[in-house]
Amino acid sequence: MELIRYGFLLAGILFALGLLGVLVRRNIVFTLMSLEVMLNAAGLAFIVAGARWGQADGQVVFLFILAMAAAEVSVGLALLVRLYHEYKSLDTDGASRMKG
Amino acid sequence: MEIVFYVAGIVAIVATILMLTQRVAVHALLYLVVSLLAVAVIFYDLGAPFVAALEVIIYAGAIMVLFVFVVMLLNVRIETARGVRLRSPAVWIGPGILSAILIAELVYLLATGEPGYATVSTINPEEVGVALFGPYVIGVELASMLLLAGLVGAYHLGVRKIRAGRESWN
Repeated sequence: MELIRYGFLLAGILFALGLLGVLVRRNIVFTLMSLEVMLNAAGLAFIVAGARWGQADGQVVFLFILAMAAAEVSVGLALLVRLYHEYKSLDTDGASRMKG
Repeated sequence: MEIVFYVAGIVAIVATILMLTQRVAVHALLYLVVSLLAVAVIFYDLGAPFVAALEVIIYAGAIMVLFVFVVMLLNVRIETARGVRLRSPAVWIGPGILSAILIAELVYLLATGEPGYATVSTINPEEVGVALFGPYVIGVELASMLLLAGLVGAYHLGVRKIRAGRESWN
């Protein structure tokens, strides 16, 4: 029982740290890295639950999260390169002037 | 082992906090890799060796390489102008100590023979594969469609077209 308590506690702390990074940091590279931390924490929660009940389903869901993270990061980094060439800065506030 | 779980969890939290407080993106990436490796050790300890290997190969390997490529592509001039040197000890000593702790944990797990949290039994890659291609096969198809969409989207955003003599995006 303490496995699931401390495992979910760890996943929650890591998710909160990632959310804090998304909210606090203005550099878009740090925003993407914090998103990775959040996805990883969600995967950790699934693995902990899978280990608690001895089922393989938790690991299967982690594989889906992994595929989703790979797709997300490729599109996100392409957007980052595009934004940098457009505004010559990595500040997310620079994109608030975008129209349309 | 419970102690491995706790120590790796503390390493993951410390590395994530240090990642958030870095100023230079490359230094933050080093701490992010350490954080992902710590989570991989936790996975191994929780009886998920297959997922631990994938975490190292795909997260800490492939995705972080993408980040390093983009950061190096965009930021290298700014950082060298500011006098940041990647090889100075102040940069790598923190991630180095944290990953040394993780290596010590891994050696301890392998040396004591019985890896895993006390109440947990190891789930083999075979069981994961049977579940993945049995009841979850529709998810595999959806993931392949998602990856294809990501590929097309990244190409569409990243491609530079040359129109009428001048270079432009799209």
